[in-house]
Amino acid sequence: MGGIRAGGDLVARMQMTRGMRLKEAKEYVAGKLGVTPFDLSDPAVMTEVRSELGFGRIHSYAISQPAQANLIEAKFNIGRVLDIRINCVEKFKERAGLQ
Amino acid sequence: METAIPTRMGDGSIARMTRSELRADIEDGVAQAVRRAKVEPLAADEQEHLLDIYASPARFVGVDLGDEVVLSCDGTGMKTHATRAQDMQSYEQWMGADLLELCPGDYSLKVIRTILPYEAQCLHDALLATIAPMQYGIMPNLGLYAKDDGPCENWSTLLPEGRIAEARAASEQAAEMAVSDAVRMADAMWEAGADAIDFDTTGASGDPEFWATLRVTEIIRRKYPEMGVQLGMAGEFVLGMHGELEYDGKRLAGMWPRQQLEVVQKAGATMYGPVVNVNTGRSCAWNMARALTLVKPCMEIAEIPVHMNVGMGVGAVPMFVHPPGDAACRAAKACVDILRLDGL
Repeated sequence: MGGIRAGGDLVARMQMTRGMRLKEAKEYVAGKLGVTPFDLSDPAVMTEVRSELGFGRIHSYAISQPAQANLIEAKFNIGRVLDIRINCVEKFKERAGLQ
Repeated sequence: METAIPTRMGDGSIARMTRSELRADIEDGVAQAVRRAKVEPLAADEQEHLLDIYASPARFVGVDLGDEVVLSCDGTGMKTHATRAQDMQSYEQWMGADLLELCPGDYSLKVIRTILPYEAQCLHDALLATIAPMQYGIMPNLGLYAKDDGPCENWSTLLPEGRIAEARAASEQAAEMAVSDAVRMADAMWEAGADAIDFDTTGASGDPEFWATLRVTEIIRRKYPEMGVQLGMAGEFVLGMHGELEYDGKRLAGMWPRQQLEVVQKAGATMYGPVVNVNTGRSCAWNMARALTLVKPCMEIAEIPVHMNVGMGVGAVPMFVHPPGDAACRAAKACVDILRLDGL
């Protein structure tokens, strides 16, 4: 589905950690993001959505976005918007004294 | 006279076959699966669609827009480009991987016993520097627990000598060790922040290995309810190296994909990867017809995502070190279009 170029990582996360089948996972993610399941594979739509929500995106020197959330920061936002606990985010909060 | 279409054999070599010859191969592949696994044949329209895919002269074929599926993968962190963590960043940023996997180079469970803290540290650090969900992957590879590689008696040498009870006891002892090692691994990886564990090529050492992996999956599900477990198989048929092992009251030896999925779901896995090995002497069309027929019964009972293994030597992708893209994309399209899989 294109990973973080689009929304493949988000659907994969719901499959991998919640055992959701494809249709259910696409509908769940699309519902939380306010897009259609079709949009989740579309980099043209999802790059904008990811930027708005701070979900991280493809970065290279020519399209750098240093003011946007990326990497572990992005996973904080993904967990909040998808309404799921992400293990490494929870561990980060615990170990950084954020909770 | 019919035109010969370039297609592939299971070893990756080009073969030129007419549409009628491809149709005959598909019908035979379906028939072989029906006869061996006692499953229903693919429907006529499914066989016709499969024929269209393999009779296409296109260099590349793909699923319809909107039908894209999740691509799971093993070995994204294998020091292909740089460090293992940088490799996973490359897969995420350059290749658009839907999920990532850190794994040891040997890829065997037993091997990580003495390097577990190092592996967990690597995973921990990689998780800070990536976005996509990340699993830690290994093969249960029960054979490494048997002599000369391990401490247990070797059931593969005991069996030909007719020492059945000793062989069974040895494989059970190895399974217990594997369960213990795998739980320790899951504990360490959960603490490091892992999203999931991937048990790859499960059952390569037969039913004792499948038995051990199901039991580990059950333990992980109980200890860590939000940890994913991807359980991928080694072959279409569970070999009876022991023969009497059961899970949930069901004998594991001789299980085909549908029966495998039943126990995998019962154990609490979040993803299942059926495998159908490639016959290198038959065409890819024949191999795909056989594979689809064997895996289709899974889709009727699937409650968790089914990611069929479609890579070198499995799922009608040629057994060749650099699988030709034309064969790989046909296999992917056929699986998604006909089985409506959740991923590959």
